[in-house]
Amino acid sequence: MNTELMESRVAAICGKFANDKSRLLDILLEVQRELRCVDSSAMDVIAREVGSYRVEVEGMVTFYAFLSETKKGEVVIRLCDDIIDRQAGLEAVSRVFSEELGVEVGQTSSDGRFTLEYTPCIGMSDQAPAALVNETVITRLTPESARQTARALAAGTRPDALDLPVGGGNNAHPLIRSMVRNNIRHPGEVLLCDLPDGAGLERALGMSPKAVIEEIASSRLSGRGGAGFPTARKWQTAADVPAERRFVFCNADEGEPGTFKDRVLLTERAGLMIEGMTIAAYSIGGREGLIYLRGEYAYLRPWLESVLQERRDRGLLGAGIGGKEGFDFDIRIQMGAGAYICGEESALISSCEGLRGEPKNRPPFPVESGYLGFPTVVDNVETFCCAARILDRGGAWFARLGTERSTGTKLYSVSGDCARPGVYELPLGISVADLMERVGAQEVAAVLVGGPSGEMINSGQLDRRLCLEDLATGGSVMVFSEWRNILEIVEHFMDFFIEESCGYCTPCRVGNVFMKMRLQTIRKGLCQREDIDYLEELGKTIAMTSRCGLGHTSPNPILSTIRNFPLVYSVLLKEGGDGLQASFDIQAALEESRRLAKRRSMIYDPAYNSGP
Amino acid sequence: MNEDFDFRIDGRTVRATPGQSIMDAADEAGIYIPRLCDTEGLAPQASCRICVVKLNGRPVSACTQPAVAASEVENDTDEIRHYRRDLVRMLFHEGNHLCPICEASGRCELQAMGYRFGIIQPTKYPYLQPVRPVDASHPDIVLDTNRCILCGRCIRASRDIDGKHVFGYIGRGIHKRVGVNGPSLAATDVSIHDRSMDIETCPVGCIIQKGRGFFAPIGEREYDKAPIGSQIEQRGEDPEA
Repeated sequence: MNTELMESRVAAICGKFANDKSRLLDILLEVQRELRCVDSSAMDVIAREVGSYRVEVEGMVTFYAFLSETKKGEVVIRLCDDIIDRQAGLEAVSRVFSEELGVEVGQTSSDGRFTLEYTPCIGMSDQAPAALVNETVITRLTPESARQTARALAAGTRPDALDLPVGGGNNAHPLIRSMVRNNIRHPGEVLLCDLPDGAGLERALGMSPKAVIEEIASSRLSGRGGAGFPTARKWQTAADVPAERRFVFCNADEGEPGTFKDRVLLTERAGLMIEGMTIAAYSIGGREGLIYLRGEYAYLRPWLESVLQERRDRGLLGAGIGGKEGFDFDIRIQMGAGAYICGEESALISSCEGLRGEPKNRPPFPVESGYLGFPTVVDNVETFCCAARILDRGGAWFARLGTERSTGTKLYSVSGDCARPGVYELPLGISVADLMERVGAQEVAAVLVGGPSGEMINSGQLDRRLCLEDLATGGSVMVFSEWRNILEIVEHFMDFFIEESCGYCTPCRVGNVFMKMRLQTIRKGLCQREDIDYLEELGKTIAMTSRCGLGHTSPNPILSTIRNFPLVYSVLLKEGGDGLQASFDIQAALEESRRLAKRRSMIYDPAYNSGP
Repeated sequence: MNEDFDFRIDGRTVRATPGQSIMDAADEAGIYIPRLCDTEGLAPQASCRICVVKLNGRPVSACTQPAVAASEVENDTDEIRHYRRDLVRMLFHEGNHLCPICEASGRCELQAMGYRFGIIQPTKYPYLQPVRPVDASHPDIVLDTNRCILCGRCIRASRDIDGKHVFGYIGRGIHKRVGVNGPSLAATDVSIHDRSMDIETCPVGCIIQKGRGFFAPIGEREYDKAPIGSQIEQRGEDPEA
């Protein structure tokens, strides 16, 4: 493409978003789609058009994994590189794609047709190994199905025209048409049972906004993303702060490895979620809403747009909702671009403002000063769904389920070594053992509750309970059998945090790299007891001094396994006593000097010692 | 609500105005809370985390956290000193900080912080040894980001004081670094007279002025005379000063 044409196309994309700097992420995603990269000259044009600076645009492009400076293939195959996918046969699948398309992982074929790369968990752990081919999701891959897919692509089939089976429920809807399966194994009585349509909103609109928040408060609903903050308090603060505009954001950036329950809610309960957002807007006096949809779920976007449109047509979004004069509220979808950190609410807001997805300093909290400086309620998909149900059935009905502090039901995404991976809706407070029985898990050695940022428990701790009082979780539950290598899992998740750290603060950016390096040395059998102390000390510094939740929890894979799997470490430790550091390898240390001196060392060379 | 109030730092009573950060209140009281990314005249960004203190038992960054009436702040305790030492070491090991050959030696805030915390030999962690190209394209300035600690002081000075946006963060995670607004420094509108180029702005030896190396003899460099933070602590000893 010649320069002028490129410039005019990029400028046209900027124009489509009114040259609005706060829409920079949308602009970059569209430029990426059209040009397959955002290169240096495109950055210059974008900076000029939206009145930004080239270095700021470059800051964005180099932050989000789905944006690239170098040109990607016409078809980008992103293999889900989660531990569950690895254990389900990722390597063999990856090799097939590589062979068939003639491209190594991390590279683009010389003819520019294919890029093959790894990406962190894409929310399909219950049907691993999975991959994204452009926006098309392929699940339950085998070397055979991978070969078929690769050959079809090589023969020129477009990713969205691949001959794939179709999943159940709305996955078969013409606007989704995906092979993704819901795998709803246990519908509970709040979200996944049969529901009346719109009953919650109808009842809310007959109440005062204040009474709506009181209803939520009486349910004692806490945020479903994992942190468990009381929802009513969030809404109340946003309602109380004097402001000209207020926002309701739905966090659909489900990125915690092993979590996929929001995918199912977005597929099967999109209307309920939007209803919950509308109720939130009514209660805080918000007029503008946004769904932050993770880039990996782009295949759900046309469907979600249609649900939004249908609700507008029915007068449930837009001006005078439900016939209520003065209650105006509408929602747009913001696509994410491959950044786990954007699931953190203030990073999510930064991302929506056209900035790098870095968390903001708190205070002020988003409910006081969030998107563009206005009070912003950010809640998880599941939280909004619960809110709509609470307004329908009443706070007391909801609070009757679960435990004292953790009311209601919770959706668990279960994956790994079990007979029935999928989504389970169960009252909060059940034991891990109970859940293991339902999912058909045998010979359980370890359960990772809450994803890598949560806690890895051992088989003797299965009586622990899933609730805020004990094991708090956003819903990720990964099961590992006795034949799995615990430290391989741990190292994988440290890699994940290193990859996904935004790099803003020192401990999370640097400390996690050191944690992983020492873990690798331990795995090689070159460490002593002091190295465990080192990991515990360093992990504590990272957890205590990091700026956001990612850093606070990033040492957890190591710290929780040192606590709960001490033997896994101790069998690898060397006994001390000879005064030498176990990790010090004298032969390796001498190697460079030997090479430079072109002679062997008399003292340390084993060949000399073993001589006559 | 809008009246001055008291809180305590390590048992000492400190006066604060509403909205004032713990760090600003401590500075006025002559209590030094160590910091690297924060400096007078620039908005705080809380990224280096050296200034983390405990506010009623909860870790917060003193540069951004408003003081809270009647609260207890822990600053110079064994636990916090331990965290700070770890953080300073992390920065030493993340970049290439070879003090004896560095132009900033003696006025380098990272080096001074190391000395203040008694880090004589930073060998606890592995060295990451970055090999980023040095940008010497500008006639007056050299930029060696291998020595950068990502404090962002140049970014904020250029953006908020010079109104130029010469610098910005690019990359993410351990690959995060300071980039310039163009293919190289020479292609930007930076000038040696900018605040971002001020000798006080870069705390380490990342931004170097050409033709002005090693200008102070050993013994007369900024931190040869007194440890970093002494100026603030002297305010506490002599309230009239």
